[in-house]
Amino acid sequence: MSIDLSQFIPSFLEESFEGLELMESSLLNLEAGDNETIHSIFRAAHSIKGGAGTFGFNKVTEFTHLVETLLDEMRDGRRDIVQSDVEILLDSVDCMRLLIESARDEEDCQDEKITQTSALLAKTLGNDSQSDKSIVDNEATDADIAENGQDKKHWQIQFIPEHQLVQTGNDPLLLFNALADFGQVEVQANIDNLPPLTDMNAEELYLHWQLSLISDCSEDEIKEIFEWVEDECELIISLKTNENTQTNNTPKNQRSSAENLADDNLNSSVGSAPENNQNNDLTENKKAVQSSALDKKVISTEKSPAKKSEVGSIRVGVDKVDSLINLVGELVITQSMLSELGNDFDLTKVERLTAGLEQLLQNTKELQESVMRIRMLPISFAFNRFPRLIHDLSKKTGKSIELIIKGEQTELDKTVMEQIGDPLVHLVRNAADHGIETADVRLKNGKPETGTITLDAYHQGGNIVIEINDDGGGINRQAVLEKAIEKGIVEPNATLTDSQVFDLLFEPGFSTAKEVSDISGRGVGMDVVKRNIQSLGGRIQVESEQGKGSTFRVHLPLTLAILDGQLVRVGSEVYIIPLIAIVESLQIQSKFINRVSGDLVLYRLREDNVPVLPIYQLFNLPADNKEVNNALLVVVEADGQKVGLMVDDLLAQQQVVIKSLKDNYQQVDGISGATILGDGSVSMILDIPGMINIALEMAQKNQKMLEQETV
Amino acid sequence: MSESEQEYLTFMLNGEEYGVDILCVQEIRVWSSVTELPNKPTYIKGVINLRGVIIPIIDLRQRFGQEALEYNEQTVTIILKTQNKNNPMVVGIVVDGVSEVYKLSKSDIRKAPSFGNNIDSCFLKGLASIDNKLIILLDSNTLLNQDDLYSIESSEVEQKLAPVDETVN
Repeated sequence: MSIDLSQFIPSFLEESFEGLELMESSLLNLEAGDNETIHSIFRAAHSIKGGAGTFGFNKVTEFTHLVETLLDEMRDGRRDIVQSDVEILLDSVDCMRLLIESARDEEDCQDEKITQTSALLAKTLGNDSQSDKSIVDNEATDADIAENGQDKKHWQIQFIPEHQLVQTGNDPLLLFNALADFGQVEVQANIDNLPPLTDMNAEELYLHWQLSLISDCSEDEIKEIFEWVEDECELIISLKTNENTQTNNTPKNQRSSAENLADDNLNSSVGSAPENNQNNDLTENKKAVQSSALDKKVISTEKSPAKKSEVGSIRVGVDKVDSLINLVGELVITQSMLSELGNDFDLTKVERLTAGLEQLLQNTKELQESVMRIRMLPISFAFNRFPRLIHDLSKKTGKSIELIIKGEQTELDKTVMEQIGDPLVHLVRNAADHGIETADVRLKNGKPETGTITLDAYHQGGNIVIEINDDGGGINRQAVLEKAIEKGIVEPNATLTDSQVFDLLFEPGFSTAKEVSDISGRGVGMDVVKRNIQSLGGRIQVESEQGKGSTFRVHLPLTLAILDGQLVRVGSEVYIIPLIAIVESLQIQSKFINRVSGDLVLYRLREDNVPVLPIYQLFNLPADNKEVNNALLVVVEADGQKVGLMVDDLLAQQQVVIKSLKDNYQQVDGISGATILGDGSVSMILDIPGMINIALEMAQKNQKMLEQETV
Repeated sequence: MSESEQEYLTFMLNGEEYGVDILCVQEIRVWSSVTELPNKPTYIKGVINLRGVIIPIIDLRQRFGQEALEYNEQTVTIILKTQNKNNPMVVGIVVDGVSEVYKLSKSDIRKAPSFGNNIDSCFLKGLASIDNKLIILLDSNTLLNQDDLYSIESSEVEQKLAPVDETVN
């Protein structure tokens, strides 16, 4: 049988990363006695191990095996759930991620963190085995067996399948036949659980079996036979020795920890030297290794997003697909109705034609919406990483921080989501590092010791707003201003509004942190955050109150593919102004016009003076109307600045599909993209900040020319 | 067709015959009206919508520093596409007319003299003579390279500013 397994690797990777995320978030919420959570963590680890084994990712398998062992002990109640173990497991999750990534990239992962963590795991397991007598006993027995390996052993196997075993296509008979290949098998069926005939479901299995096998095979070999059914049965394999019967009880048939340890030869020395001194040393060692592993954590979390370059896939809920299929069905019906109508068309049928076209319009619109919805994912995908981040940060900074996440179900376009992740991480790190004060400062200021960071996402008028709020010290306005003056960004005696001051934070090379910590204050700055957000067509706002905390508000378009636009005409060209940028459209009244030096026209709009930018002038086009009086003005806002774009005519408002100009050409100043209108012609989408830049450049050039002329 | 042989589509431009590698030719269209791009050199006529893809159109005469012709129904646009799949680029060039398809082997192509040309020599691949005609072969690599094709911009700045000043004053 030759199946190319490599075709399944992408889905394995996807599932594994999901599994790791689940493990991580469950570990963070894990409390003692929470069996359900432990089970789900265990299941995730187990399926990663199984998958990795199938694809031959041996390093992953080996490592996960250790993790699984530890989890298994927790699950069985043989080990208490303590914070230090959870930390190790969190580190292990990081390591598994590294290992899986290196397996994906076909690299050899040489990160010393993995060696450290696996040593740590082994030690933890080793410590445990000293305290747990029965396992040590077991191990000893295993060792005995290994010595007497040549002899035929008498295995007792208790096989208690779950009722639905046969429904998954497994046949106990085949398993027993396979066992028979090892040696002499005796099978005894137990019919205790057999229900009365009336209650019996013919598709379920009610029997369980007691098997005895006389063979020289190892326990592993027996387990291999039951490998495919191990999740659906209880398997107890024990060895009947001459003296007594050692029972190696593993419900749900996971390998017992003792056996793992023997397998991996990792703690043979520990297991055989049960001295208290050593035990203490180990604990100390453990701490040392743990702290160094923690140091690596920040690095490893940063590494991972950089590798996201391959073509991603998307998981779509069945309901979304179903609604699509429904809509397509309706579209087909409408189409057949219309074509039937067209077969022998006469004027009496005009009414039905218009009705049909109306329906077609409706269908197309709904179809478009559903297709767009496929790309939408709940923002929890982006928020998921933050509990861990906060957990690590609070550990690192010694501050106690609570993270509140709201609005996780708010949906956002996948592309936007992927690109907003890193800027958000940066903002959250900033909030934890600079925002939240240390516990003693907080207590002194009459705040609760635990700082709170709130992440919130909600829709607001066709945009999505993501809020990062902290209840920390707030931004020191004076410090920001002083720094800006020192850097020469601001004139010493300039008066600035709060929001202008806070915007200074996004200037390149601006950091008010007194010292650079390794959490923030280095590497990508806030300017990069702002640029990333702007490249997504979004903007960022800061609100802060000294002593009360700060709020960073990120406004993003819901999708990058479609835009609500206002069509305007300038000369013979049609341009599209993004509807979100438009404040209002009006006809210029001459009494509000102010001409200032440098040929700039200002229009008084209530309390604002709005500079008028004639598009024909910026784009050097022939226009119908070059006179400012009575012209149509579209007031738009970008980067907090309002400008009026003078146009010849306002046309329709419509949704347009954004096409990149960069694909086949290059970026054009003042144009953010293009779209295709209903008549097939191409129309440009205006880039408002870009247009303001053009206007500024032109004004400067004009200024220079004027100066030259006067000289 | 032996490996060293390549087919070339030739077109007329101001009385000269130029050739491009036919594998780079996606299609040949008649002139259709374009959407202008603001503040761009005059040889960039604008963009068109070709089945949902936005393609820039350049006038090869103007790009090569010659006077443009008046466009009419006879004006032809050749849509060129890179063969390199990783970095696809599509561009339409306006030419006077499409001429022939010739099969040329490498030995037929002579190196172009590197002097006295109105066209940037980087676009020149070589010269070939067929039936006493001289055909100028263009290099599809540089012709379909954004940096080379759109390199001329500075000369345009002056022209751009002049009418602006008029309107302002």
